[in-house]
Amino acid sequence: MLRIGRHRRFWQRALTGLAVLGIVASAGCGGGNAAQTGTGQANNPIKVGFNFELTGSIATFGQHTWQGAQMALDEINSKGGVLGRKLEADKLDNKGDNSESTNVTTRLVSDGVVAIIGPATTGDSLAAAPVVTDAKIPLIATSATAVPVTVENGKVRDWVFRVCFIDPVQGVVGADFAYKQLNARKAVILEDSTNDYSKGLAAAFKQQFEKLGGKVVLEQGFTQADQDFRSILTTARTKNPDLIYVPAYYDKVGLIVRQARDLGITVPMMGGDGWDSPDLVKLAGAQALNNTYFTNHYSSQDPDPKVQAFVQAYKARYGDAPDGFAALGYDAVYLLADAIKRAGSAEPDKIRQALAETQGFQGVTGTISMDRNHNPVKPVIILEMKDGQQTFKARVTPQQG
Amino acid sequence: MTAILQQIVNGLSLGSIYALIALGYTMVYGIIKLINFAHGDIYMVGAYVAFFAVTLLSMNLGVALLLAMLAAALTGVLIERIAYRPLRNAPRIAALITAIGVSFILENGGILVLKPDPRAFPDPIRWRQIRLMGGSLVLSTQDLFIVGVTVAMMLLLVYFVQRTRTGRAMRAVAYDMQAAALMGVDVNRTIAVTFAVGSALAAVAGVLVGLYYNRIDPLMGLVPGLKAFIAAVLGGIGSIPGAMLGGYLLGVIEALVGGTQFSLFRDAVSFALLILILLVRPAGLLGRNVREKV
Repeated sequence: MLRIGRHRRFWQRALTGLAVLGIVASAGCGGGNAAQTGTGQANNPIKVGFNFELTGSIATFGQHTWQGAQMALDEINSKGGVLGRKLEADKLDNKGDNSESTNVTTRLVSDGVVAIIGPATTGDSLAAAPVVTDAKIPLIATSATAVPVTVENGKVRDWVFRVCFIDPVQGVVGADFAYKQLNARKAVILEDSTNDYSKGLAAAFKQQFEKLGGKVVLEQGFTQADQDFRSILTTARTKNPDLIYVPAYYDKVGLIVRQARDLGITVPMMGGDGWDSPDLVKLAGAQALNNTYFTNHYSSQDPDPKVQAFVQAYKARYGDAPDGFAALGYDAVYLLADAIKRAGSAEPDKIRQALAETQGFQGVTGTISMDRNHNPVKPVIILEMKDGQQTFKARVTPQQG
Repeated sequence: MTAILQQIVNGLSLGSIYALIALGYTMVYGIIKLINFAHGDIYMVGAYVAFFAVTLLSMNLGVALLLAMLAAALTGVLIERIAYRPLRNAPRIAALITAIGVSFILENGGILVLKPDPRAFPDPIRWRQIRLMGGSLVLSTQDLFIVGVTVAMMLLLVYFVQRTRTGRAMRAVAYDMQAAALMGVDVNRTIAVTFAVGSALAAVAGVLVGLYYNRIDPLMGLVPGLKAFIAAVLGGIGSIPGAMLGGYLLGVIEALVGGTQFSLFRDAVSFALLILILLVRPAGLLGRNVREKV
């Protein structure tokens, strides 16, 4: 007590500053990765880098993409590999953190990989793009759907490709479904303002929904740090919407859907491929998720024999049905193997050339033909959540985007 | 109009969480003048203990809650013993930095041991929704439960501090540590008890927040910890009713701001509020402006 009291005001002010700093710096946290290094001798395995969100708040994205990729690698290697060489994986964790994704990409490049598969998300892919562009190593983003991932200032990024559709396509399909099938006329959009994917998808949905004659009665932002959405949802409720569109990742969507239902909001809720995770059901609860829909890359209920063969093999290996991320990881590895085969070489530049020329590649998520912006033109699947199960609702093949 | 009422209901639940954590801040500050920055992370520890008790040991929620309180109390006492007691007579900045260090250890240790992925907290209770005013005001039994538990905890705490022997010792140590020691109060034990009680309350908050959001992760204590600190300062750090008032005030303000177009600035508003209050009332709303002798 003694001489401390005199400084009380000072302390309180100093701590205020500290508290503000704490919030700003809150994201940083350490951790280690096991480095896998190998020597790059010719004639030996082809080293492929994998940069995924293996831990963190959106860990199922990276984990499942990797599981799909790993299965494809093993299948290819058990059949003798590509060009007589095995594919060797160099896998690193970006923790779902954009700056970590840059670090991981740099490490993969210095490890001497010939191509990189991943990251899964838009933000992490955008963070990796400049590194691969400088290093001239092709990168296949698996589920990064935002436009700027492959196109920067109207110019295609030469070294960045993806195996998924893009948000303008996904948003248009979602808005069409909301307006025509769900008969929604008044929509509320809740978007993660700290996330490029979320903002891009929200804009695409809004544009199409309003073009059709619908009205967006409220557009409200939140941040990645938010846990409590009751206040936003209370405001949303006063607007009496027919639909709430939440283009965000499952960890936020789970909270939002649950809290919306708690507040007595029963209208349909919709989102994009960021909803695709088994953890969504755990976070929101099966009951709360009834009457929700999302656009996705594929459905494990697709009767296509190629899809079913993949689903069975995946189930046999990992126990669960594969989600869209697993399917994209699987396709990305096969696409890369296909490109190496067509190029007849595992040199990064030749692989890049072959990837850009991809036409009619048959994957489990549909046929992939790269357009001039390195975006495949693919169908969009609409899934409905019924008692915690993803059920196939519709398949939409968009016009050339 | 009912929207504002609904926001107040939302704010009261949120405020309860802040208030429970703020009580721990305020008690520790009251007695050793230390801002225990690790307090928010003890709340995380409590939530995880309850999580594992329910999922792995399939305990019922009440028992899990008690276990969580016990584990958190133990953690609090251990931290005090290892990290703060040796620094009790050191300059206060040293203890403060140690507190921040302990907070980082708990957070990153949590990431290492518990994995950074969020987990779904089991919710074994079937909450019901009470619709008032034609459905435009929805009150969940969960809201009532959270506010009820918080108020009950505070009443218990007030009783403990005002009416029991240990409570009296706590007040004596807070008033003048050396004089209390001269009067035969076991200062070390009293401070340990303060940490134990404060940490147990944080564990209650951790379990309530697990039920409320159904989601826990190792960094969950970071933001609520800072907010609760604001709440404690807002109400007047060192004051128990002040911590409650500050918590509820902050919760309601956040809910009201969150419902407007300024939802993105919700946290900025909280911190701006703290700065404003400190400028106008440096001792906080219910804090005594003690003029201390040197």
